[in-house]
Amino acid sequence: MEAADGVNAVSLTVDDKEIIVSAGQTILEAVQRVDGIGNIPALCNHPAVKPYGACRICTVEVSEDGGSKFKFVASCLYPVKNGLIVKTNTEKIKKLRKGIIELMLARSPNVKRIQELAEEYGVEEPRFVLGDQDCILCGLCVRACQEIIGKSAISLVNRGIYREVAAPFYAYELTEECIGCGDCAFVCPTGAIKMGDDGRPILPKVKIPYGEIEALAKKEAATPS
Amino acid sequence: MVEQVRKLLEKRVESAVELEKLRQSILDKKDSSRTCISVCGGTACRASGAEAVVEAFVDEIERRELQVQVEMKETGCHGFCERGPLVVIEPKKIFYQQVKPEDVAEIIAETVMGDRVVERLLYVDPASGEKITYESDVPFYKRQTRTIFGANGEIDPTNIEDYIASGGYSALSKVLTGMKPQEVVDEIKKSGLRGRGGGGFPTGRKWQSCLDAKADIKYTICNADEGDPGAYQDRSLLEGNPHSVLEGMIIGAFTIGSHQGYIYVRNEYPLAVEHARIAIEQATDYGLLGENILGSGFDLKVTINKGGGAFVCGESSALMASLEGKIGEPKAKYVHMSEKGLWDSPSLLNNVKTWANISLIINKGADWFSKIGTTGSKGTMIFSLVGNINNTGLVEVPMGITLREMIFDIGGGIPNGKKFKAVQTGGPSGGCIPEQFLDTPVDFDELTKLGSMMGSGGMIVMDEDTCMVDVAKYFVEFLKGESCGKCTPCREGINRMSEILSRITQGKGKREDLDTLEDLAGILSAGALCALGRTAANPVMSTLRYFRDEYLAHIEQKKCPAGVCRELIQYSIDPEKCQGCLRCLRACPTGAITGEKREVHTLNQGLCIKCGACYDVCKFNAVIRQ
Repeated sequence: MEAADGVNAVSLTVDDKEIIVSAGQTILEAVQRVDGIGNIPALCNHPAVKPYGACRICTVEVSEDGGSKFKFVASCLYPVKNGLIVKTNTEKIKKLRKGIIELMLARSPNVKRIQELAEEYGVEEPRFVLGDQDCILCGLCVRACQEIIGKSAISLVNRGIYREVAAPFYAYELTEECIGCGDCAFVCPTGAIKMGDDGRPILPKVKIPYGEIEALAKKEAATPS
Repeated sequence: MVEQVRKLLEKRVESAVELEKLRQSILDKKDSSRTCISVCGGTACRASGAEAVVEAFVDEIERRELQVQVEMKETGCHGFCERGPLVVIEPKKIFYQQVKPEDVAEIIAETVMGDRVVERLLYVDPASGEKITYESDVPFYKRQTRTIFGANGEIDPTNIEDYIASGGYSALSKVLTGMKPQEVVDEIKKSGLRGRGGGGFPTGRKWQSCLDAKADIKYTICNADEGDPGAYQDRSLLEGNPHSVLEGMIIGAFTIGSHQGYIYVRNEYPLAVEHARIAIEQATDYGLLGENILGSGFDLKVTINKGGGAFVCGESSALMASLEGKIGEPKAKYVHMSEKGLWDSPSLLNNVKTWANISLIINKGADWFSKIGTTGSKGTMIFSLVGNINNTGLVEVPMGITLREMIFDIGGGIPNGKKFKAVQTGGPSGGCIPEQFLDTPVDFDELTKLGSMMGSGGMIVMDEDTCMVDVAKYFVEFLKGESCGKCTPCREGINRMSEILSRITQGKGKREDLDTLEDLAGILSAGALCALGRTAANPVMSTLRYFRDEYLAHIEQKKCPAGVCRELIQYSIDPEKCQGCLRCLRACPTGAITGEKREVHTLNQGLCIKCGACYDVCKFNAVIRQ
């Protein structure tokens, strides 16, 4: 197959098959649009919001130099290019995905989507102390609220393993910024966000109890200025 | 007001010719035979009391009415932090160390007035036992090549005229008056300069892609978000010679066609922030920054941005996110920052040391620069030599010097007669290098081959009393706290590594834990989003590679061979050796040791918290640690 002319189409090889796709998309998008090609799982990706690259299970191997050197990239972010060679399911990638899924399963052992992935990639009992988080911190809810609804009623706060989804200023409750549209609950891949009876989403439980923050705020307010 | 404006206009240098005139007039005013007392005002010397020494000198000079004969200067960091506060008396460059305010009157009376040396303040070479009078003869300095760090000890960083007198801004004037942007890039490429911030990416290539990028707006950024534990060379350079960094930035901005620059510096570096601020202000007053620089028509504004201290913000995409006012989190760099960086505009980001090298390359030429160093790594590098080492401080050496020369010749070896065990290079992303590789030449590629990296120039020396599992645990815990938490491998993987390492140091490790650590390292290096995560396993992997026995001792024999891990050690008193001197009894914070004078003491294991205070104070080696 000849490489496509012009700037609007690019030709690349995915798992030994050549495909021609329109330029300006990512590997993941391209592969999802061509039937019967590649096998790339993804958790933090959603067509309605910008790609983010957080869950990393969509990692694939690519070569830009005709196949002599391969590197690992997140397919949800990597743009398609002419002559690119993509491998979506090598042994190395399977091992990497298995490892990442093991980490996810250890964090969120009760989440159905993660359990399914674990089964698919042959993860049995994780080798780590189990957590009980439903949220995998993919950030889809935050991005949907910001990008689609234009509200930013929730955000990711804190660093590392203390990271979590919270209302602005770590507030006790969602502010009136939240219009109760339910987008966050809809995009959540793990069901960590559910809609409450009052028509507002219930955020995943947090490690720092809100009560403590409230007490802290009271103490601060009580200090004479 | 009018007077102020007039004064400001007077200072402004309108052309390259005027800059040379100004330089000449500053030099003419200088009397090279005049005595100049320079006190190191770097943060480390300040911590040892340099500010009081400066005050004492000022008072004494006033008291004796020596203001005309004697010049007094507070300079940037000289590098020999172990011996601070440092004082150098010019023109002879007599070198005094560990100077206290009480010594000042004597220095003035003896050295300044009487031309005699105060023997007791001289540095004694521990190897030969000889007293050394001049700075350049001190072994610590003798083996160094201080091309970018040398001026630190000579100029007052808050006075632009000092920098101009030492040839400052001549590279900028050379570029503005006679070089095309492509010529500048070619010169940098030819020099072989590689980024000094960690990655070692060829600087010339970065500049080229920024120059080639088509955009109306481009940015120039100085990365001064130094965060490696034990490393402070960027801080010292920005504190001690801010104009050298600024000059590099102006040249870079001119080359790529950028009119806005940022210095992203940690808020925890108040002196560096202050000196950078003064430098920007003075350079603007002198017409070296701002509009129509040196009459060339080129404009550049440089703004300081203070970082909140997140380690990950030293990563270029996270730094730019932070500059944009967003959360300091990295993003994928499949399109280079030099093409699409800050606010999606082409952005030229370099480390402090990289910027400081630019004017040197322009002035002395790429050929001169590329003669220093090894095939793949050119020029010099500044290292923070810290840890179990006699001469703690900042050293600038040519690339290719061996670790042995660095640690033993310059660093003066390991204190207290202890044995060398390992050196950790490259900060938390680097690895630990054991004794058998001490003769390895230090450059980007050689350190990578050993499973470590150059990084930003941190070098932590460790003696035989260091537990390597504990070291790996320390770095992993540091990274656990600094991981932004965006991607799964870094957030979860580092956390699990830390969990396993804690278990091993508590004697609860299993043989399989080592395989799990290796698996996690593989996930991090292949799967993590940014360099923080991709290199996070280096401290673990390098210690596993070179000190596997130590891991196994913790796991199988439940012993910590270095006697560090508290859960695995026990202190006891040897009744044969104990003289009943009460020293350990007094040192014990929990009252675990009992006994009478001149009677053998006993240690109650139930009360012992294993702090080791008794072990440290015993003069008879009667406290046993096992």
